[in-house]
Amino acid sequence: MTKTDVNLAVDIGGLTISNPIMPASGAFGKGMEEFLDFNLIGAVVPKSITKYPQKGNKNPRACETFGGMINSIGIQSDGIDKYLNHTVPYYQQYDVPLISSISAESVEEFEEMSEMIAGSPDVAALELNISCPNLENNGEAFGMDEDITYEVVHKVRQITDKPILVKLTPNVTNIQKIALAAERGGADSLVVANTLLAMAIDIHSQQPKVGNVMGGLSGPAIKPVIVRQIFQVREVSNLPIIGCGGIMNADDAIEMILAGATAVQVGTASFVNPSVMKDMIEGIRAYMEQYQYQTIYELVGKTMDRI
Amino acid sequence: MKATSNLKVLSNKQLSRRYWHMAMDSSSIDEKIEPGQFFNIQSADNGSYTPLLRRPFSTFRINENSLEFLYKVEGPGTAKLSEYTPGDYINLLGPQGVPFSIKEGTDKILLLGRGVGIATLAALAQKAFNQGIQVYAVLSARSHDDLLAAEALKDYCTEVVHVTEEEQTSGVDNVREIMNNLITFYQIDAAYTCGSRRLSVLLQNIIKERNIDGEVALEEYMACGVGVCYSCVCDVVRNNTVYSVKSCEEGPVFPIDEVVFA
Repeated sequence: MTKTDVNLAVDIGGLTISNPIMPASGAFGKGMEEFLDFNLIGAVVPKSITKYPQKGNKNPRACETFGGMINSIGIQSDGIDKYLNHTVPYYQQYDVPLISSISAESVEEFEEMSEMIAGSPDVAALELNISCPNLENNGEAFGMDEDITYEVVHKVRQITDKPILVKLTPNVTNIQKIALAAERGGADSLVVANTLLAMAIDIHSQQPKVGNVMGGLSGPAIKPVIVRQIFQVREVSNLPIIGCGGIMNADDAIEMILAGATAVQVGTASFVNPSVMKDMIEGIRAYMEQYQYQTIYELVGKTMDRI
Repeated sequence: MKATSNLKVLSNKQLSRRYWHMAMDSSSIDEKIEPGQFFNIQSADNGSYTPLLRRPFSTFRINENSLEFLYKVEGPGTAKLSEYTPGDYINLLGPQGVPFSIKEGTDKILLLGRGVGIATLAALAQKAFNQGIQVYAVLSARSHDDLLAAEALKDYCTEVVHVTEEEQTSGVDNVREIMNNLITFYQIDAAYTCGSRRLSVLLQNIIKERNIDGEVALEEYMACGVGVCYSCVCDVVRNNTVYSVKSCEEGPVFPIDEVVFA
């Protein structure tokens, strides 16, 4: 088999991307373009946008833990107007689809923002970041509640025909129920998942290591948890899954695809190596050539067949 | 397209209980490296995730074909760095960030450094000296043992003053008096600092009172070092408005009068 026989393109809920590698929102931005040709990756996913400008959390905002890092950035954002006027046009120079990640504080705000974002012809798909705190529900993340997950996705579904990706939180007892609620609401794809709520303490100062006390754990330490959640979501839903959490190399991406993901998002690995997504694409291609797979779909969820 | 570089370690020596000095062959780096810029160094072996993240280091000395770093062993990243031996390769990302600036017509500069921040200022002293600028320095540390860069600075400085906690000379009032005396006596044009928020606030006040230029190299916690993660933000005031900016991208060197010190 030659290289031309390998087709890395996948469809994630109506959006076709040239390969299954894309950045995780929050771990991607202009600063990486010196190290990575953005035209190589499946999609660009700029940092989650909030309706109004917000400053984010107090420092320190990140700390390293064993096999990972905890961040409590708090979605520092310039607001949706600047996003539409500057960020969206900026990424038009690249020949890859732009996925807009939306973070809102209420169901109504999700609707309002989705309408504004979806109205831009340059946005290919919406990612609803339902891992953020819902101010109408005592700060509990939208994605921790089945009913609210359904409501958010359902309301946004009425607004746009563009693909809706729903980024689930891993901080739930039963991710299958939340995934099904998002599917019932009209999601086109499920991002599984986000950072794990975590905490680290400096034993010398006896203070939390991040200013916000708690933050989100990412990095290779969380990958087995995310692989498990992809597998569980795949058991109950046929929606395309985008794996996210702890992917450091092509092998990790393949593992998530075998668990049931169609594509993956890369976050912390880009902090270690800003051009790592290029290496991952090449690594997946090499794996497919080695085992003579022609399409990614031959691998998606394959481990289920092995059990 | 930029890429990370694998640089050969030329030497890696322990200088004191806490401080180490490393030199690397930088002949493969084409980009000009300026004092105040930093390299994000991967201390873990390739493929290992412990430690996971890179660590930002400013250069201690910038030579034609080599780079020198002075670092304090504090956590697992710097501990791992101390294990490298000559001939090993280390992956670096950089040079990154905004360097120190020296205005045209500057004749005399004053440096105020604390701890490992002195290393950042050493590269500036080296550049200023090579440009024929007279360099004065006030160096602060916990103990004399921690004043290692002071020896290197002697080569570039007209006068170096040491203050330490063990001699009870590093208090802000004493440092203020020393700084003011130096500025007055030598007619200093600009002052630079790194390594201590307390001393940075002091310098910020001094440059306002004395109407001279000043810059600070901040040391915020960085995860990515390329302007993506928003871990290293700091507040700056421009035109009476406070902005939260990324110190890896808009810094780490800032005009000191802009910075809001928490």
